[in-house]
Amino acid sequence: MSDMTQSPLIASEPEEKLPPSPGQLARTRAWKHRGFQVGTGILLLLVLVAIFAPFLAPHDPLAQSLSSRLLPPVWVDGGNWVHPLGTDQVGRDYLSRLIHGTRVSISIGLGAATIGLLIGVTLGVLAGYFGGWVDHAVSFLLTAQLALPGLLLAMALVFFIGPSVIVVICIIGVLHWTYFLVVTRAATQHIRSLDFIAAARASGATSRQIIWHEILPNLSSKIIVIFTFEVGIAILAEASLSFLGVGIQAPTPSWGLMIAEGKEAMFYRPWLVVLPGMFLFVLVIGANLMGDGLRDIASPEEKG
Amino acid sequence: MLTYILQRAALALAVAFTVSLAAFMLLNIATDPAYAIAGEEADPEVIEQIRIRYGLDQPLWVRYLDWLSGVLRGDFGVSYYWNKPVAELVAERVGTTLTLAFSALFVTIAIAIPLGALAALNRNTWIDRIALWLAVSAQAVPNFWLGLILIILFAVMLPIFPVSGDNTWKHFVLPAFVLGASSVPPVMRLMRTGLIEVMGSDYIRTARSKGYGGAALLIRHALRNALLPIVSVLAVQLGQKVGGSVITESIFAINGLGRLALQSILGADIPTVQMLIFLFALVFVAMNLLADILNAALDPRIRIG
Repeated sequence: MSDMTQSPLIASEPEEKLPPSPGQLARTRAWKHRGFQVGTGILLLLVLVAIFAPFLAPHDPLAQSLSSRLLPPVWVDGGNWVHPLGTDQVGRDYLSRLIHGTRVSISIGLGAATIGLLIGVTLGVLAGYFGGWVDHAVSFLLTAQLALPGLLLAMALVFFIGPSVIVVICIIGVLHWTYFLVVTRAATQHIRSLDFIAAARASGATSRQIIWHEILPNLSSKIIVIFTFEVGIAILAEASLSFLGVGIQAPTPSWGLMIAEGKEAMFYRPWLVVLPGMFLFVLVIGANLMGDGLRDIASPEEKG
Repeated sequence: MLTYILQRAALALAVAFTVSLAAFMLLNIATDPAYAIAGEEADPEVIEQIRIRYGLDQPLWVRYLDWLSGVLRGDFGVSYYWNKPVAELVAERVGTTLTLAFSALFVTIAIAIPLGALAALNRNTWIDRIALWLAVSAQAVPNFWLGLILIILFAVMLPIFPVSGDNTWKHFVLPAFVLGASSVPPVMRLMRTGLIEVMGSDYIRTARSKGYGGAALLIRHALRNALLPIVSVLAVQLGQKVGGSVITESIFAINGLGRLALQSILGADIPTVQMLIFLFALVFVAMNLLADILNAALDPRIRIG
């Protein structure tokens, strides 16, 4: 690893051959990071599945068929290639529902993580930059948010307001910003003490300009790392809500809801529960591997 | 030390009441309790009567102060859904949830600490890599799904444990594992990095040079110091276990606070939901307070600095 962690300070000394730029170093590390490649591959594949779901799904995910209820997958006796992964209790094609489920999971993951990012980064940068009472107020807010039983409150709010994809996105997003805040606050405090901020201030830049042009660009790699993890966390949160019956409602194909629906028949047809769970697991592990990878690539010195 | 504890305790209480205020406002804005009591299609007149009878015609802040003064006097309100004092509902179930939370914590400790130590002592070998992979995978497994898979495996295919219920200790094995598993990755990672750091420190090198080695060195010098930060993390994790009981208790049909929470939400029973959110927050801040105090007691730099 030592050959990859050349600090930019050494790189600025005159040399015959130009040393690699930080961007080139990061790209080299990305090429060598297997976890990052696997995670990005999984995510890319599933995003494509979500975008092209209507073309990939063999059937309409909502079309019921009473004559073909609870068909097993093709590898179990009685299965056939018309419904490769079988059908559910009302005869809907399971593969088509799983494929369309990627849309629900990914859009909720991205949407909720974006809301969390906006809240967390705003508070974090303000607290880190201004310090003083702003920092105290934000810290108190953070402590209170951490103490909130998030799942319980999310369940109650989504159910009381009326479960829909938009409500689920907003509630999960509003309850998941602490990680963004903690990291951007600490990073902003550090950046604020560096010379180039003093230089910017000496040249007459306002606080707003410094935050937008000097601080935020330097936070971007950290924010992207957290965003990736938060997408995975939000996806699991949605699945939990839908599983408990207080999230996405039938007949929308959400993996968590599919697990809840399959639960009734799982003793004789375990695949109804196993398959959506596997999809969830693969998607979330993809996000986590990509996040781990991005962190190692952006700041190799923090590698655990 | 005492001033430090008092300061922390005051902050914890302030946080718990802020949380209760936020929860009260959000819940009452999200839904109208009068409709929850009367049903969606009730007469406007009936709704109006209910509003007056339950004091729902008062402004929100008056109702919050009412609730707050009730809580301070030990009156937790009356459930609309169960027609019982909320305190009674909670008292009937709190023991079950605590049993589950402590057994889950035991599972976390029993898996995460040996695994973390094993990974640290075999750093960068296949053992370390397997342990880290387990941690990464465990973080991506939906908790409720793990519960269902375990039921299929160990209650149906191999009928070792009962499917659901809370009558005997056997009923708690699978739920405790499910709830405990979610804390394994962070505790294991902490144990691993902590032990790696300790093993590389000067005093371990000194102990080695004086002839200590093997188990004596590991137990008397290394493990003790690596476990210090874990103690406070475990306290925090115990607080999260209580909040995490919602999913586990629902899957295994355990009649604890978590299942009560889900049932009250589905029954639009705001007084019970409100009280449970407050209680869960209170447990969480209490556990964090305990962690702070433990940290200060174990590390003099915190209480003096």
